[in-house]
Amino acid sequence: MTSHAAVEPPPAFQFEDAAQQSNAATLGMWAFLASEVLFFGSLVVSLMICRLRWPQAFAEGAKELKWWLGAINTAVLLGSSYAMALAVEAAEKQIAKRVIRNLLITASLGIIFLAIKGTEYGLEYHDHLIPAINYSAVAPDGAERLPQVQLFMIFYFLLTLLHAFHMLIGLTGIGIIAIRARRPGYVERSKNMIDGLGLYWHFVDIVWVFLFPMLYLLRHP
Amino acid sequence: MTSVVYRPAPPKPSYLAAGHRVTSWLLTHDHKRIAVLYMISITGFFIIGGIAATLMRLSLLTPDGSLTTADFYNRLFTMHGVVMVWFFLIPSIPTTLGNFLIPLMIGARDLAFPRLNLLSWYLFVIGGIFTISALVAGGVDTGWTFYTPYSSSFSNTHVVLTVVGIFIAGFSSILTGLNFIVTLHSMRAPGMYWRRLPLFCWSHYATSIILVLATPVLAMTLMMVAVERIFRVGIFDPALGGDPLLFQHLFWFYSHPAVYIMILPGMAVVSEVIACFARKRVFGYGFVAGASIAIALVGFLVWGHHMFVAGMSMYGGFIFSFLSFVVAVPSAVKVFNWTATLYKGSISLTTPMLYALGFIGLFVVGGLTGLFLATLALDVHLTDTYFVIAHFHYIMVGGAVMAYMAGLHFWWPKITGRMYPEWAGRIAALIIFAGFNLTFFPQFLLGYLGMPRRYHSYAPEFQVLNVMSTAGASILAVGYVMPLIYLLWSLKWGAIAGDNPWKAMGMEWTVSSPPPKENFATTPIVNEEAYAYDTMTPQGGGGRSIMPVAIKPNRGGA
Amino acid sequence: MGDQTPFQLLPENASAFSHASDALTLFVLGVCGLFTVLIFVLIVWFSLRYRRKSENEIPERIEGSILLEIVWMVIPFGLLLVMFVWGSKLFLDMKRPPTRALQIDVIGKQWMWKIQHPGGQREIDALHVPTGVPIKLIMTSQDVIHDFFVPAFRIKQDVLPGSFVTEWFIATKPGNYHLFCSEYCGTSHSRMVGTVTVMTPEDYQSWLAGVVPDERPARAGERLFNSYGCIQCHGKIAPTMAGLYNSKVPLSDGTTVVADEEYLRESILAPAAKIVAGYAPVMPSYSGRLSDEQVFQLIAYIKELASATTQPADHPDAQLPVYQLPDLPPANRLPTRGQP
Repeated sequence: MTSHAAVEPPPAFQFEDAAQQSNAATLGMWAFLASEVLFFGSLVVSLMICRLRWPQAFAEGAKELKWWLGAINTAVLLGSSYAMALAVEAAEKQIAKRVIRNLLITASLGIIFLAIKGTEYGLEYHDHLIPAINYSAVAPDGAERLPQVQLFMIFYFLLTLLHAFHMLIGLTGIGIIAIRARRPGYVERSKNMIDGLGLYWHFVDIVWVFLFPMLYLLRHP
Repeated sequence: MTSVVYRPAPPKPSYLAAGHRVTSWLLTHDHKRIAVLYMISITGFFIIGGIAATLMRLSLLTPDGSLTTADFYNRLFTMHGVVMVWFFLIPSIPTTLGNFLIPLMIGARDLAFPRLNLLSWYLFVIGGIFTISALVAGGVDTGWTFYTPYSSSFSNTHVVLTVVGIFIAGFSSILTGLNFIVTLHSMRAPGMYWRRLPLFCWSHYATSIILVLATPVLAMTLMMVAVERIFRVGIFDPALGGDPLLFQHLFWFYSHPAVYIMILPGMAVVSEVIACFARKRVFGYGFVAGASIAIALVGFLVWGHHMFVAGMSMYGGFIFSFLSFVVAVPSAVKVFNWTATLYKGSISLTTPMLYALGFIGLFVVGGLTGLFLATLALDVHLTDTYFVIAHFHYIMVGGAVMAYMAGLHFWWPKITGRMYPEWAGRIAALIIFAGFNLTFFPQFLLGYLGMPRRYHSYAPEFQVLNVMSTAGASILAVGYVMPLIYLLWSLKWGAIAGDNPWKAMGMEWTVSSPPPKENFATTPIVNEEAYAYDTMTPQGGGGRSIMPVAIKPNRGGA
Repeated sequence: MGDQTPFQLLPENASAFSHASDALTLFVLGVCGLFTVLIFVLIVWFSLRYRRKSENEIPERIEGSILLEIVWMVIPFGLLLVMFVWGSKLFLDMKRPPTRALQIDVIGKQWMWKIQHPGGQREIDALHVPTGVPIKLIMTSQDVIHDFFVPAFRIKQDVLPGSFVTEWFIATKPGNYHLFCSEYCGTSHSRMVGTVTVMTPEDYQSWLAGVVPDERPARAGERLFNSYGCIQCHGKIAPTMAGLYNSKVPLSDGTTVVADEEYLRESILAPAAKIVAGYAPVMPSYSGRLSDEQVFQLIAYIKELASATTQPADHPDAQLPVYQLPDLPPANRLPTRGQP
C-alpha cells in the first residue's frame, strides 16, 4: 500500500502554496541555527581567548577531562545523526514506520550520550572539579591546580550544559514527532517539521564535533 | 504610465474591528494587532525611561546634585539606559512599524511565522516585567554597560534580576529578526523583485541580520556575568582569576551592532517619508539599499572603538579606528542620496517630512561627531565624557526617535484610519527640534571641557551648560507630551482618513485605512519600481498607478 | 580652584599633548562643520526652492548618478583617512613614554587616588608635577576599573585591577587642573576627583623638600626583597634582578618579553605564567601576600638595580642614560609628532 497518493494539506493562511511554506520553514530553521552558532560561538571564542592567555592552565584543565568518554560520546552522537538522516529520508518517502524506528534510534543514542555525559559529571564531582560546588585547588593526587583551571572548568560546564540543554529540546521534539507519527497521514503532513528537526539535530551534533577537540583534546599548551 | 485593470474586492472589516474581546487581542496572530500591542508597550517603557531622564536632568541643575543622592542618581542613569536601549529603542520601529508594514509592503497576508511573532511580544513583555521588578525592588547601579568587576563582584543591587529581563527580551529580538528575514525572502508577491523592494524593507532586512547574529552574544555575556555573580567564580573579575577586558570585548561585540539596530530602521522610515513628500524616487536607490547592508556587516567589525583607553593593545586601536572610519561612509552615502532626492522634487513640509528632515540634520551632527571619537588621539580626551553622551543622543534621539515620530505620523492614518491634526503635529515637531538641540548641544561643550559622564556632582564651572541642557530637556518633554495627547485624541475625534491621504506609493497604501484583517483579498502582482512617483496620474484625487495588473487566481485552484 | 574661571568654553592647555590634540580637533571640526553646513544649506534651499506649488505637480524622473556616488564616497573617505593617520600618529606618541621619565605610582581605589613619588612623598587625590619633564604614571586599581583623566592635558587611561597600565605627559603650564575619575566605579564615582598641580621645576623641588616623605619606595622594596625571601633564590637558582628591568627576557616557550613593570608585577603575583628559559618553575606566588603598594615598592627596587649597560641595543632610548633618583633630570625636549 502506497502513501504517495495522499492529498497535500493546504498551507497556512499566510502562504501562497505549499512550496512557499516549505521554503519559509527551511529558511527559518537555517536563520535560527545561525543565531545558535553565535550562542555557542561566543562561548567558544571566549574559551579560545582565555586559552591563549593561560595556555598552561587550560592544558591542565583539558587533561583532567576523560577524553575517552568524550570520544565515545562523539561516536554516539555521530551515529544518532546518521539515524536522523535515515529518518528524514524515510519521511521523504512517507514511510511512517521507518520514520518512527529511526527517530527512536536517534533518541536512544541521544539518551546514551546524555547518560555518558552524566557519568562524566559524576567523575568530575569525584575529582573536585565542579566550580562553586566542590572545586578544589588541589587535585586528588595532591598536585596543585593552577588558578585558571577553574576558569577552564567553568567554560567546560557552561558549554556542555548548554549543549545538553539543546539535546534535551531535540529529544523532546523527537519524542513528540515519533508519538504523533503513529497517526495515519501525519508523516505526509509534517515533512517540513521533520526536515527542520533533522537540521536542528545535525546542528547540535556539529556543535559537539567542535566542543570535543576544543575541550578534551588540547592537552598541551 | 501603465494602464490598469483593477477589480476592487468588496470591503472587508478592518483588522481593528475583527474581534473586540481582550483575548482577540492577547491571542492574536495578526501582525497588525501585534504591532499595536508593541506600540502600547514601548510607549510605556519610553515614559519610564523619560521619567528617569527628567529626574537626572533636574538633579544636574546644581553642581552638588543635591536633589538626589549619588546612589539614587546612579540607579537612575542605569535604569534610563537599560530601559531606553533594550525596551524602547531596539524594539521601537521594527516591532511597531516593521511588523505592521512589511507584509503590506510586499503583498503578503502576514509574516512568515505569525505565532512566533506573538511569542516575541510575550517574551518582550516578560523580559520587561523582570526588569521593572528590579526597578521596583530598588534598581541597579552598574550603568547599562554592566562593566566588570563592578557589576559582577561589587555592586549591591539587583543585577541578576535586571540581566535576566534583558536576556529574555533578547529572544524577542532574535525571533523578530528571524521572522523578517524569512518573510522578505519567501513571501514577496509576484513581481516584487529585490530591486523593487521599498527601502524600508531593505533597511529592516539589514537590521534583522544584526538582530539574529548579535543578540546571542549579549545573552551569553550577561549569562556569564550572572554566573560570576552568583557562583563567585572568576571569568571577568581579576581578583578571582578572570579578565575584565574580556567582558568589554564580548559586551561591545553585541552593543556596537546594536546601535545599528537602533538607527537602520529609522533610516528605513526616512527613505519612505522623503520619497513621498518630495514625490520623487529615492536618488541612488541601489546605493541606499547596499549601504544598509554595508552598515550592518561592517558594523560588526568596529566594537573596539569603545575600548581605545581601556587597556586594549595599541595595534587593536589602529585597526578599530580605521574600520570605524570605513563604516561612516555608507551612512554618508545615505545622507547624500536623501538630500539629492529633494533636488527638483515637489516638497511638502508635512509633519512626517519635518521629522524626516530633522532626522537628516541631527543624524549628520551626531554621525560627524562620531568621527572625533573614531580618531584615536581625540578619543583619548573625549571618551567617557559628555561628548559621547551628546554624540549618541544626537543619533538615538535626534535620529531614531525623530524617525519613529516621522513614521508614526506618516502611517498613523493607515494604522488607525484617522488623521491627527496637522498643525499640532508641525508645532510639536518644531518644539522637539528646538528642545532637543538646547538639551544636547551644550553637552558637546561640556564633554570637551572635560565633564565626565555618569557624574552625580560636578565641578562648578560646568553649571551654566548643565542648566541650559536641563532647560532644553523641559522643552523637549513638552514636545513629546503633545503627540501623546493629540494622537490619542485623534483616535476618537480625528478626521477619517482615506486609503491614501498622502498620495504615496507603496502597496500598503492600496488597501483601506485601516487595512482589512488579511491585508489583500487576492495576491497583488507588482509591475513597477519602488517610488515610481513620476508615473502618477496627474489628475490627483487619490490617483495612483500602482495597481495590480492582473488578479492571481484564488489559492487551491488550478 | 583658584585658576579655574567660573565659566569657560574651552579647556586649559597645559601639556605638550594638548596643543597637538587641539590642532587635530580643529581639523576634524572644520571638516565636520563644512559637511554639516553643506547638508543643512542644501536641505533648506531645496525645501524652499522646490516647494510643492500645486497639488498635482509631478517631478521629473531622476534615478541617480554613479559618478556622484563615487565622488561622494571617495572624497569623504580621503578626508577620513587624513583624520585616521593624524590621529593614529598622535596616539602612538601618547602610548610611547620615554624611558627617561619621572615615574610616579598611582593606585586607584573606591573612591580615591593614592599617589607616590619616587622619593617617597605621598599624596591623596593630588598630584604635584614639574613642568618640562616627562611624567610617566604607572597605575593599578585595588578594586574596580577606574580612569585617570586630566582634561587640561587631554590624556585619559582606564586603570584596571589586576594589571598595570601607564600614561604619560609633559606638563607645560603651571597651575591647578582637574583630575577626574572617568570610568564609572560605584556610588561616589563623581567624588573621585582631585587636583593636578603643575609647578616650575624650582617650586617642585621646594615642594618635594617640604613634604615629609615616607620611606622611598625603592628602599621599602629592598627591605621586602630581603624579608620575603626573594634574595635567597634570585641571583642563585633564580634569575638575577641586576639589569633586569627593561631587558629582553627569553622564556621557556621560546618567546622573548621585555621586562617592563607589568612583567615584573606578573612575575611576583603569578610566576607560573612566564618561566624564564633554563630555569625551573619553582617560584611560589605572592598573590594575596603582598599589597599593591608593596608590589610597587618591590618594582621600584628592581628598577633601581638596572643599569645603562643592560639597555637592549635596539631600544629607541638606548642612548639615553636611565633616570637616576632622586635628582631632577634636566628638562627633556618636548616630543614632536612621530618621535617617542
